[in-house]
Amino acid sequence: MDGYSISDLWSILVMQGFSGLSLFSVLLLMALGLAIIFGQMGVINMAHGEFMTIGAYTIYMFSKVTQEYFPGLMPYYFVVAIFASFGIAFAAGYLVEFLLIRHLYKRPLDTLLATWGLSLIMQQIFRSVFGPREVSATLPDWLMGAWKPTPNIDIPLNGLFVMAISLVVTAAVVLFLYRSSWGLKVRATTQNRVMAGSVGINTKKIDRVTFAMGCGIAGIAGATFTTIASTGPTSGSLYIVDTFLVVVFGGAGSVLGTVASAFSIAQAQSILTFFLTNAMGKVVTLLTIIIILMIRPEGLFISKVRR
Amino acid sequence: MSRNKSMLAANDPAGLARKVPALSLRNKAVLAVAGTLLIAFAASATAAEPATSKVDTTHLAVTDKVVTVGQLHSATGTMAISETGAIEAERLAISQINASGGVLGRQIKIIQEDGASDWPTFAEKAKKLLEENHVAAIFGCWTSASRKAVLPVLERDNGLLYYPTFYEGLEESKNVIYTGQEATQQVFAGLDWVAKTKHAKTYYLIGSDYIWPRTTMKLARKYITTVLHGTVVGEEYAALGSTDFGSTINKIRLKKPDVIYAAVVGGSNVSWFKQLKSAGINGKNQTLLTLSVTEDEAHGIGGENLVGFYSAMKYFQSLDTPRNKEFVKQFKAMWGANAPIGDVTQAAYEGPWLWKKAVEMAGSFDTDKVVKAEESGKITFDAPEGMVYLEPNHHLKTRLRIGEWRADGQADIVYTSDYIMPNPFPKGY
Repeated sequence: MDGYSISDLWSILVMQGFSGLSLFSVLLLMALGLAIIFGQMGVINMAHGEFMTIGAYTIYMFSKVTQEYFPGLMPYYFVVAIFASFGIAFAAGYLVEFLLIRHLYKRPLDTLLATWGLSLIMQQIFRSVFGPREVSATLPDWLMGAWKPTPNIDIPLNGLFVMAISLVVTAAVVLFLYRSSWGLKVRATTQNRVMAGSVGINTKKIDRVTFAMGCGIAGIAGATFTTIASTGPTSGSLYIVDTFLVVVFGGAGSVLGTVASAFSIAQAQSILTFFLTNAMGKVVTLLTIIIILMIRPEGLFISKVRR
Repeated sequence: MSRNKSMLAANDPAGLARKVPALSLRNKAVLAVAGTLLIAFAASATAAEPATSKVDTTHLAVTDKVVTVGQLHSATGTMAISETGAIEAERLAISQINASGGVLGRQIKIIQEDGASDWPTFAEKAKKLLEENHVAAIFGCWTSASRKAVLPVLERDNGLLYYPTFYEGLEESKNVIYTGQEATQQVFAGLDWVAKTKHAKTYYLIGSDYIWPRTTMKLARKYITTVLHGTVVGEEYAALGSTDFGSTINKIRLKKPDVIYAAVVGGSNVSWFKQLKSAGINGKNQTLLTLSVTEDEAHGIGGENLVGFYSAMKYFQSLDTPRNKEFVKQFKAMWGANAPIGDVTQAAYEGPWLWKKAVEMAGSFDTDKVVKAEESGKITFDAPEGMVYLEPNHHLKTRLRIGEWRADGQADIVYTSDYIMPNPFPKGY
């Protein structure tokens, strides 16, 4: 590293640290919805990425409509659109649970096949409605560009934004699961469905709302990612592998595990990519995960669930 | 379906004979009269055109009125994003050819198959088009992987493929006409331009991790070090579908290259440009030349994320010639005012026209005769990009252009090269 001044190296260190944190919040946001669906309900939802795409297309629709009819509101539409993307993905999830998932609770492996089929159907719907080409929402200016605390350091604003959203959503999920009476019922249902039913919990309703909640969070994630990635009919499939990786590595059923897992994967990948090549960084990260999972098959944090 | 059946029947008198006994005697008589009349009418109507037996000696799907071709692209799957433009352009060209009287007096019919972004499917569908439908030519493929999958089928069944994408070169099949640029046509002239106008000395190469970027970057590295006497300060490949470029961008920042030379594709391409912009790297403070952004990609990336960056292509939609304006108007009339027209879309438009010219020069649809005409060196086409010349090595002699992106997703053409001979097997690389 000769030929670089101390201040150069310092700024790179700061930006590299930020880039790790930013990847962490991306992974966390991707995985939270699935952590609820897979972790709490045991449903292997292969269509998780497509619920994210619903969120991304919601942003696109809002951006189009705002540009067309209320150009003055362009700087603000994004905030409203994020809530809408939660709502729309929630509604879609609610419907999917009612039509498909609830018939498959007794056959967890079949949910894998069924939701994979669902993901193909959803991709084709996106293609028919929005066309096969990628689209791009016009983002408000305050989301693009960089914040310069010193002349040498650029902190991406969209990275900060993703980080903020992911912190808010994580906090909301933790409050929902561990501090609300609804969360108590969800956890009771996960731990012992028959017992929960016998004390008067409507387990069917709990299932439906929990699934829809996971999908809604996926919608928020997808909406947020329009600031850093593409919006197309198959964009969701880019995320599905990483999403499962984070949830499985963290230990299904543990929100803390998901956070820890997203953090360690992101830091490993970000640091290794900096010193090795992009591909090697990924190889080393994945190998490490495989080895750790061989030693701890249940993931980093084992949840105490009676099975 | 019915179209295929009737064509098969026409080509196969035995099939017709099998059907006849099922009819009653009276029907038979009516059929005979009608048939005689039809043949007499057809003979008089097509008297000016060469007989089918003359123009087709290899049992292709050619009748007195119709010639069938195949179209093989991904209408579904990840590649549909890119291949849609090619599908649309080929359809436009074919409809125009039909409106102007067809090929050798025969209207072109299209059988469209979907490669579904899956390479074995491409091979299977190519086999179906050639062996069941007996198509006279196929317009299709986009990725090198799909072309490589289709190649053995084409060579075994002696089919003919018109391939529209700019690609890595190192290939010259008798059964393929390449209407996009091979690597030397896209890489060298572009690097010359950037070295000269931007006084670039140091280069950072970045691409997606598969055959096209890797081969292209290999050529670029050699050209930069030996011909331009510059330095490559970094070379990096991102996994296909990778959406995180934070660390890569920091590495680039540390190396401070004069030029970022990029060939990132697909969904990653969008992430790459959005993250560059948000990291404060833009056209004002960094020269970036890319080989993988056409108007199609710009549509998905968003013009505001590309402003001031450069693309090396042979065609841009903004090209200011009467011929191109006419083409853009026709394309938008058929496919909607918002449809972007990229480099590959225009190259795909050339395919059916080059085929028509070769067939008419050969006076036959037979693959061998058409290929011989294509190799004559006399096939030219007044394309939207300007005149193109089909060389005996199955590639086009064309020009290279550098476009500077604007916020509206269109590019200003800042440089046009002289004509560049295609050279799919460059020496010393």
